Amino acid sequence: MTGIRPYADHEDDGIVQVSFTLPLPRGGASRTGALDVARRMGLASGEVVHQTELTAGYTYVVLYGRFEGRIDPYVREGLHRESMSQEEIDVFVAAELGRPIVVVGASTGSDTHSIGIDAMLNVKGFDGDHGLEGYRSFEVHNLGSQIDNADLLAQALEISADAIVVSQTVTQQDLHVHNLTELCEMVEAQGIRSDTVLVCGGPRISEELAKELGYDAGFSKGTRPADLATYLAREMAARAAVQARSEGG
Amino acid sequence: MEGVGETGPHRVGRVRPKLDLDDGEVQACRKAATVIAEGVEAATTGLTTVSVERTLLRILGLNGADENGVPLANRLVDLVHAQGKLGRGIGFWVANALLQTGLDLKGIASTCAEGELDLCGLPEADQEAVRRRAREECEAAVAAVAAGAQERWARRERIGENPPPHRYVLTATGNVHEDVIHARAVADHGGDVIAVIRSTAQSLLDYVPDGPTTEGYGGTFATQANFRIMREALDEWAAQNGRYVRLSSFCSGLCMPEIAALGAIEGLDNMVNDALYGILYRDINMIRTLVDQRLSRRINGFFGVVINTGEDNYLRTADAQEAAPSVTASQFVNFELAGRCSLAPHQIAVGHAFEIPPDTPNGFLLELAQAQLTRELFPDSPVKYMPPTRHMNGNPFRTHACDTLFNLVTVGSGQGLQTLGAPTEGVFTPHIHDRVLALESVSYVETTARDFVDEIEFKPGGLVRRHAAATLKAARKMLEEIAEEGLLVAIEGGRFGDVPRRRGDGRGVEGVVKKEDRYLDPLSETLSRAPVAMG
Repeated sequence: MTGIRPYADHEDDGIVQVSFTLPLPRGGASRTGALDVARRMGLASGEVVHQTELTAGYTYVVLYGRFEGRIDPYVREGLHRESMSQEEIDVFVAAELGRPIVVVGASTGSDTHSIGIDAMLNVKGFDGDHGLEGYRSFEVHNLGSQIDNADLLAQALEISADAIVVSQTVTQQDLHVHNLTELCEMVEAQGIRSDTVLVCGGPRISEELAKELGYDAGFSKGTRPADLATYLAREMAARAAVQARSEGG
Repeated sequence: MEGVGETGPHRVGRVRPKLDLDDGEVQACRKAATVIAEGVEAATTGLTTVSVERTLLRILGLNGADENGVPLANRLVDLVHAQGKLGRGIGFWVANALLQTGLDLKGIASTCAEGELDLCGLPEADQEAVRRRAREECEAAVAAVAAGAQERWARRERIGENPPPHRYVLTATGNVHEDVIHARAVADHGGDVIAVIRSTAQSLLDYVPDGPTTEGYGGTFATQANFRIMREALDEWAAQNGRYVRLSSFCSGLCMPEIAALGAIEGLDNMVNDALYGILYRDINMIRTLVDQRLSRRINGFFGVVINTGEDNYLRTADAQEAAPSVTASQFVNFELAGRCSLAPHQIAVGHAFEIPPDTPNGFLLELAQAQLTRELFPDSPVKYMPPTRHMNGNPFRTHACDTLFNLVTVGSGQGLQTLGAPTEGVFTPHIHDRVLALESVSYVETTARDFVDEIEFKPGGLVRRHAAATLKAARKMLEEIAEEGLLVAIEGGRFGDVPRRRGDGRGVEGVVKKEDRYLDPLSETLSRAPVAMG
């Protein structure tokens, strides 16, 4: 038997906690309804441990159940190797590229949140980790929030950016997907897609989503500026190596 | 339960001084804030804006939109602005048209919108007759809104409210009808103020959308129709449950005074109404915002609406401990600017926020010091206290724990208005049950720590007193420097929230208009009479 199960108290117990609201009054129907949800989720031995009526006709349920399947951990190799430190990155870029990496970044569309892009790019950074502005190895142009994709692209062209970094915080009704897709299409239409490292980040962005939308990489919650810097440094170095080989050959 | 009429909105108990603040420092802060506010008035006097002009039309009852969804108020003001004639005031052109055409305001607006009438092309009636007509129309409209406000206070008093702190809860589904369900759940679990967050980027729209809305990102559009739908739902809940529930929205962005007018018409009790927020965080032109905020606050003051200032937001971009003096300084400036718009201290919910990183040693004590300081500096104001949001992550249980300690600071410093943090706010716009979990935490803390505020003292020379004194001192220094250079220069230098803005830049700058000598301003004239008496 291969694969694993969720772990709560001991190996293989498979216990998970789920909480949600049903549009039902609190009572028998909400309890059985919740157990039905659990069953359809693949949870056995469901147990409703708490119910609160939020307002007439809406009940909040907390339940526990056992996940009886097994999953194989899906480990992709080399996705994000361990990040370098700021000093290591500065040395690495100087050695590999011999010039700073030019980055333009923004929170695009109607998204007013500059917190993500600022945490990555502004010198102040995040959690004690300097943003890219604080690196010798990066030349940073942070356009801030509520930037049109067209303006971001225009700026990228003007400064011959190596990398475009987009932050998306608001995700209601998949607004971020529309914004990101549009930018990627515009970069392609401009003919600079293959010369540009295109990355996105935000609390609800995953590597998978980023790839699906045509980006080179995606960074989720918990990303430190050094993670982004490491990725950009390695990616640029890899591209430079490919180019050197093709020019040499 | 105390009635609103005797005590005023969110009236909190007299604060008992515990910090032994240096009165000389406090007076110096107030004095510098006065100089700063005078400078702002000097820089903005003689100017009007497209939104200020639309506000008069809104007060006069002009709603509705053309076939493209452009509000008639915008159509009318834009037509005059395009001809460079807004400097006389939309009130002049409209009153003149009322006299010359015999149409009513709606008729004038739709005829203009159809291109059948040019307001500025009509012959000009006798100036005094125009002025008189404008004043009569405005006085009648303001009186009608004031009567509605007085009726609302009477209702609030009759039905009664919870004692403070009033629990201020945000809803933001994007669909006003869903918001109603969320608001009922909030009220059922003890929420006192429902604030419907606006849709993302509404603050950058130079118009107020028309009609009810069911789609929006990150929030629900503030429209007159949405205000009315939510107001009716809350009034219905109050009638059924015997407790009044307040409604709040956001007077900020490019339509600040217009939203104040619509809120007053539709019976909102509270409004977020900061003087600097739009400049710093929405990149709205500073002159535009400062002109707009003045009228929006005069309207809120006149109609008895409680405003929440927004200093808490500065800490999202700046370091909470380093920036603490800038928050205190901004409170003084905001308070002084608001007072000059006839807002009584009990109508000014001075903003503050709990944004010190949760892993800071003694962060709780530092926060308590800051909260107590705010209370003592503004003893007659309710103070609106914001939960930690900047440091919240994807762990709802950690967020819930932080929020619970935040609730203890609120209760332990006797705040009047308390914004609730919800466990999932680090992940998404909280779900319906997340708000109820937040309310359960508040109820727990309020019960278990009921008399904490009366029992607790801060020891002389201790951390709390030292932190408060240092913050006050640094705020005084900052205020005096700002008074010296002027607020506009201070903003240009990035003093607030580390965000520098230039005075000729920013959104909405094209909507700032110089008043001509013959500028007609019936609204300000009407509002400068005594504000409506409370209760």
